[in-house]
Parts: sequence; C-alpha cells; structure tokens
Amino acid sequence: MNPVTTTPGPPQSPKISRRVFLATSAAAGGALVVGLTMRGRFHLGRSAQPETDPFNAWIRIHPDGQTQLVLNKSEMGQGVFTSLPMILAEEAEIDFSKITVVQADNADGTGGSGSVWESYQPLRRAGAQVREVLIAAAARQWGVPASQCRARNSQVTHTPSGRVLSYSALISDARRLPLPDPNTVPLKDPRDFTLLGRSIPHLDIPDKVKGAARFGLDVRLPGMVYAVVAQCPLLRGTLARFDATRAKAVPGVLDVFEIPCKETGGEIAIVATNSWAAMQGRKALNIEWTPGAYHDESTESLDVKLRAGLDAQEYWNWSNTSLNPDTVPAAKRLESIYEFPFLAHATLEPMNNTVWLRDGKCEAWCPTQDGQGAREGIAKILGVPEQNVTVYVTFMGGGFGRRFGGPFDRQAIQVAQRMNRPVQLLWTREDDFTHDGYRPACMHRLRAGMDERGNLVSWTDRIADTSIIGQHDPKQAQSYEVGGAVDTPYPAPHIRVSYVPVDSGVRRGAWRGVEITFNVVAVECFIDELAHLAAEDPYLYRRRLLEKAAVNPGAPGSNFDDRKLADPRHMIQLLDLVTERAGWSKPLGPHRGRGISCFFSKTTYLAQVAEVTVNGANLRVDRVVTVVDPGRVINMNGIRAQIEGAILMGLSAALKERITVRNGSIQQQNFNDYDLLRIPDAPLLETYLIEGGRPPGGIGEPPLALIGPSVGNAIFAATGKRLRKLPFQLDEPTA
Amino acid sequence: MAQYVLNVNGGTQSLDAQPDMPLLWVLRDLLNLTGTKYGCGMGLCGACTVHIDGSAMRSCQTAISDAAGKQILTIEGLGKNGLHPVQQAWIAEQVPQCGYCQPGQIMSAAALLSAKPYPTDSEIDDAMSGNLCRCATYFRIRNAIHRAAQEMRA
Repeated sequence: MNPVTTTPGPPQSPKISRRVFLATSAAAGGALVVGLTMRGRFHLGRSAQPETDPFNAWIRIHPDGQTQLVLNKSEMGQGVFTSLPMILAEEAEIDFSKITVVQADNADGTGGSGSVWESYQPLRRAGAQVREVLIAAAARQWGVPASQCRARNSQVTHTPSGRVLSYSALISDARRLPLPDPNTVPLKDPRDFTLLGRSIPHLDIPDKVKGAARFGLDVRLPGMVYAVVAQCPLLRGTLARFDATRAKAVPGVLDVFEIPCKETGGEIAIVATNSWAAMQGRKALNIEWTPGAYHDESTESLDVKLRAGLDAQEYWNWSNTSLNPDTVPAAKRLESIYEFPFLAHATLEPMNNTVWLRDGKCEAWCPTQDGQGAREGIAKILGVPEQNVTVYVTFMGGGFGRRFGGPFDRQAIQVAQRMNRPVQLLWTREDDFTHDGYRPACMHRLRAGMDERGNLVSWTDRIADTSIIGQHDPKQAQSYEVGGAVDTPYPAPHIRVSYVPVDSGVRRGAWRGVEITFNVVAVECFIDELAHLAAEDPYLYRRRLLEKAAVNPGAPGSNFDDRKLADPRHMIQLLDLVTERAGWSKPLGPHRGRGISCFFSKTTYLAQVAEVTVNGANLRVDRVVTVVDPGRVINMNGIRAQIEGAILMGLSAALKERITVRNGSIQQQNFNDYDLLRIPDAPLLETYLIEGGRPPGGIGEPPLALIGPSVGNAIFAATGKRLRKLPFQLDEPTA
Repeated sequence: MAQYVLNVNGGTQSLDAQPDMPLLWVLRDLLNLTGTKYGCGMGLCGACTVHIDGSAMRSCQTAISDAAGKQILTIEGLGKNGLHPVQQAWIAEQVPQCGYCQPGQIMSAAALLSAKPYPTDSEIDDAMSGNLCRCATYFRIRNAIHRAAQEMRA
C-alpha cells in the first residue's frame, strides 16, 4: 500500500535542494535521486532562481526498491497525489505499490487545472531518466548492450538470456552513472502504457475515511494557542476603536489586541486557550468601524454600473472584422442580456493557518494552493530571508482557487509575533463568507444576426464585470475575464467581443473555472436562443455551425484558440455521441425538457445533455449525460471524480448560489443564507470518456462551465421560459 | 468552569470546561480528536456529526453539559475492529475528494444504516441532506450507502 505522508508536525525531512542533495546523497541511505522541475502557470514572476535551485520535485529510489516522489503540488481532493506518481511509475517502469508520495515544503502554485497537464512531460522525462540509468547499470553488470535489456515492474531483464536484476540490486551502481539528458532521453510509446488510463484508488482516501488525514485546522503543536480576528464588515472600511474589557473577561481568553494593517485598516485579534473561547471573546468585543469609500455599495447599485458597462466605451476588444457586426445586413437579429452574481468559494474548511516563530525562523502549516507564495509573503512580513521560512503544505478542506493566500497569512504572523508561542489562526464561517475573494459579478449583452438559412453573419458580445486582475493591474483588467467568450467554437464573418471593467468594493478572486463559469453560460444559452430563432433543433444547429467551421477553418470567425487541437469535427463527434447516449430525440413527458451544450477548454472537449422536470416553481435536474475527451487519461477513477464534482459544483452555482451586497456589506454569513447543492438535488450522472490520443488536458475546471447552460436550455425546453439571470429562478420575470 | 466525565469512543475522559462549550471544540481542542470537523458552527453543514447514544448529532450544537454521561462516538472510534462497513464502502466507491466533510458524512450514514438497514434513495436524501460537500461527491455518497447496506446485510 502506498501511504501518503503530509507533515503537520516537525518536518520528516528537511527542505531538499539540489545543493543539500548533492552533499548528502551519499549519506542518504544510498538512494538514487533524480530531480525534476514542475512549474505551473502560477509560478510566473516568482523569485525562485532556476540557476541556483533548478529542481523542485524529487524521485528517491532506495536500495530496498522503495521509492519516494517528493511532490511540489498541493493535494486538495483533485487526486494529484495518485495521478502524478502513476505517470512516474509508468515511465520509470516502477512497481506502483512501491511508491510513496511526500508533500514537498513550499509547494508550487496548484491551480488552473494544470497539475497533470503541466507535469506530464517533466515526470515522464524524469521517469525515463530513472529507467534508462537502471538499464545502463544492468547492462554494465552483464557486459551486454543496453539495447538488449528492458525494464518492467521494478526490474531489468536481459531479453536474449532471460537474466533478471531487480531495481534495488542496481541502485548503488546506477548512482555512479551519469543520468541521461532529460531533454533527449527516449520516452515510452504510449501504446505500451500499462498503468495510465486504469482506475486506481486514491492513495489519500483511507486516511480521509478514518478521520486521520490532517487538514490545516488539525495541526496541534506543543503550547499552541488559538486565535480569531474581528475584521471590518464594511467594504474597505477601517477600525475606529474598540473596548476589550468584556472580551478579556471571557474564560479562556488570553489576550486581545489590535493588529495594524494599512490595506485592511486593521483588525482585532482574540487569543485563547481554545477556538471556542476565542470566538466567545470576539462576541464580547465592543467595536466601532469607520465606513470606507464603498459604504453605500449594494447589489442594486452594482447592477446599474454593470448595465452602464454594456454601453460604455470599450476597454478591450477582439474582432475579426473592420465592420460593426451590429449593422451588417442580416435577415434576423437577436439580443439578450445575461446576468451573473458574485459567488463565494465556501470551502468546507474555513481559512486558517498555524505559525511557530522561534530563533529568527518561521514554520507555517498552511492549507494552501501556493506554498511558495505563502513563504515569500511571510518572509516579506517578517523581513527575513526566505530560507528562514518553511511552509508545510497540509491537506486542505477544498481549494477551488480560494487558497492562494489572503489576510489570514499576515494576521497569523502578527499574532504569533506577540504571543511567543505557536498560534493557530482560524476564520469563522462568517469571516469566510464575508471576507472572501469572490467570483466576479458580470453581465453579458449578446447580439447576433443570421441570414435566411440561419447562418450566423454577426456576433457581438459585450462583457462588463468586476475584474480580478484589474484590482491590482488596471492595464490588464481583461485577463481572466474573457475566456470562453473570445474562443467560442461558432464561426461568423463579423465578430466583436469587447470588455469593460466595473469598479466595486467587493474583493474578487479565482473561483474554480474563473471566467468560464459565466462566459460559457452566456454563450451556450444564447446559441440555444439562436437555434430557436432559426427554428432548428439546438443540437443540429450547433452541429451545422461547427460543420461550417470545419469546412472552412481559415475563414474569419473560426476562432478556436489552437486549430491543431480544437477540431470542430471532433466536437461534432462529441455532440453526436452525447445526444445518442441521452436519447436526445426520444420524447419526454409533460413538464420535462432536455438542454444541450458543448465547450472546449484547456485542450479538453466536452458535450452535455441535461434533463429537467419543472412543476410550477419546482425544478428538478433528473439526469446529466456528459461526454468528455480530455486527451490521455491518467487515472480513470480520479478523472471521473473530478468531472462528477465539477458538474455538481457548477449545478450548485446555477441553481443556488448568490452573494449580495447591501449598505457596503456582504449579506451572506453562513449556509442558512448561502446554501449549496445538497444530496437531494444531485441528479443521476452518466459520464462517458473518450480518448483522443492527445496529451492530457485540464479537467478540474472545464466540466463546471457546461451544466449551467445545459440546465438553462433544458428549462426552456420544458417551459418555453428563457432564464437569463443566475442563479436560475423559475419565478424570475423575463423580458 | 466545571468538571465533566465524557465517554468517548469507549473510554472515559475527565476534563474541566465551561458548561456551554460545544462538544465539537471539546473534542478538537481539549481532547485532540480532530477527525470531527468545524464547518459552520450553526448545525447547517454536518461536518461535526458524531453519535450520541447511537444517534447522529451535530457536535457544534451540543453543549458539553448535555453530552456528559452519554456514549459519544466519533469518526476515530467508529471502526471498532478495523474499518466500519460504511468506511469500507467509502473506500470501495472512492468517495472523498478533499475529504474534509467526509467524517461527518460517514457518521450520518452509519447512523442511518443502524436505524434503517435498507434505506431507499429518498430515505438517504432525508438522512444526508444536512451534510454539505463542496466537492459535491453526492453521487458516490449515494452509491456507497447502498453498497454498505448490502455488505451489512450479507
């Protein structure tokens, strides 16, 4: 069995760097060690220096054959602690049961559906280095050409003679041989894969069902105290004054003090012998807050601003035409506005971390998607070199883009500086709901024109939203806001997609899928509207538009991002398959309807049909049939789990979730006013995977984007009512 | 402060606490039984579910003074001899993703199956609708409960 070790508690092994490794490998039990570099898109701009520290992940094969893969990714339920060692085992020909995953300290940014996608080649190359150097060691022992030897299941066989040497018998020789160049080492022919694509149980699950997996909040250290903070409930407000007399009298409360911060206007920390006493202390505080610039912001005032953004001057655009698409001749035209609210991440484990400052050094136990980022931030706050800071990445109760740092990192350090003992800082559920970095609120205005035969002649999409990047970089506000809208698969000779950022006091962040969670909903619902305008079946209408893109891929408007990967013909195959599996043309009873959608993202193709029943104000999603081509499947078990979870999280957003603002405050505080999808709402999921023979694509986010439009289109099919405001509400007045 | 004797997972623990301190924090912060999770503090998410005298209860809504003298069972004590059939079914169906809510889900499911050995889908809905899962593993939770029911019958 492969245990997964994470290290809350003093580290099992000190931070490994190449220098340390070279100095100690002789002493490290004589293991063969291969370093590799796995850097995702969230590493850009970081201070780590590739020249001096080229590797950030490690393979260690010990003389007994046991292998450790030291991974610089965060495991947050997406299964990378199983899928990534599978890639290594496949390429290195290591018996998978001999591999243990070790969480690297200061792990690299984990997100964007990128861990498998981006680590596939580096892991294969490193695995091939392992395989080839062990084959070379065996060939030398036997005095035979390496080409006569093959590796399999942690042993090397000399094919002509049938002689066999286990990997463990070869380690000490292999350590003395030069490693092959990772850039030229031969990789296995994927046709010879025996492990990848199989359904492998996740290595972290046994501990998770026993209650033994340690999450951030489960860290316990000697002499540790617990802290909560009182933070301003008003958007961009500041702390005016507070009286801690009653709070300090709460049994268990050790200290109450202000922690200053320029950016947030300061908070009050309450430290106690246990979490509950700290929370009670906070309730007993008397606090006055000073309203900030956004004191009168409300959902209604934001709606006005977003709507104004639909007619404001373009901030950014993409177009394939010199004409105004809205005025080119067309037989029929349609315009629709789609509206999307702020969303909270609502990870089940609220934000927290645990910090121990001693001897000028800092150890931090962080349930984070960005260990290295946390480390850099902490070093900056403390004014110490990064080497003095170690971030142990724990398991985390949900990531979804929420755990890329936040004020809690700073707050924990400030509290620990005062307390001189280990501190666990906890945000309550209410803190978590009211101080999130929310999925942006957005409006789309889509306009299209078609000829007499229903062909699209024009497509205009104006997006106005509260930008994520624009909060810090006003020149790049469109980044992470227009994906799924500029790369729709549907061709038109005159396309213009434009963007306008809208100011808000509500902080925004990446929410699983980021902008595809709203843009794809708008596009795929609007295409459905156009199919009905053309009096065509929505499946056949999409099919026809994609055929047009396929026949003339060079035509303006055939705007797949990467033509080599995004083949309209392949999307047609997915649509054909999903409608066949769903029984698309079979009549449903009264009050029932089917909706269809399709999408391409992160080199993954998806098509989906949802079936709903609408009885008065009651909506039930009965069945969701999804076809996915993610490229090479690594772990069939894990990929299906990701697809199922993403569909249902997307359904939760489509039906239930909405953050609102009144008088400059976030209104939702707990699950009683921000409910999530619960088990009675979960439909039957039928998921089919086809493998298109490409390298693995991203899977954690793309399936989330489709369920909204599938359900919205199904509601229309069942009722004739087109809902354009998320979350879908059957009693919504429609224009 | 008052002194309480708690029966947790078959053992006895004596401790001092405020009478209104929720059992959740007693377990987590005073007894270091961290398998029971904090999710909302209002009995809305089910992450803190434990068994008290055999019934699934929200430990964040149960004061220590009400729990004293009763039989408290947490995820750490669920499998008396190895894993409980529900835990085995959770592994067989590969339910957990992030895993944070799963101790609560498992405790709710185990209580359901001891009350109703043959639960229908709608009985599963009723018993499990108080347990949130943000990774939305509901599809596999349902399958795992049916599997555990079968295993326990056999």
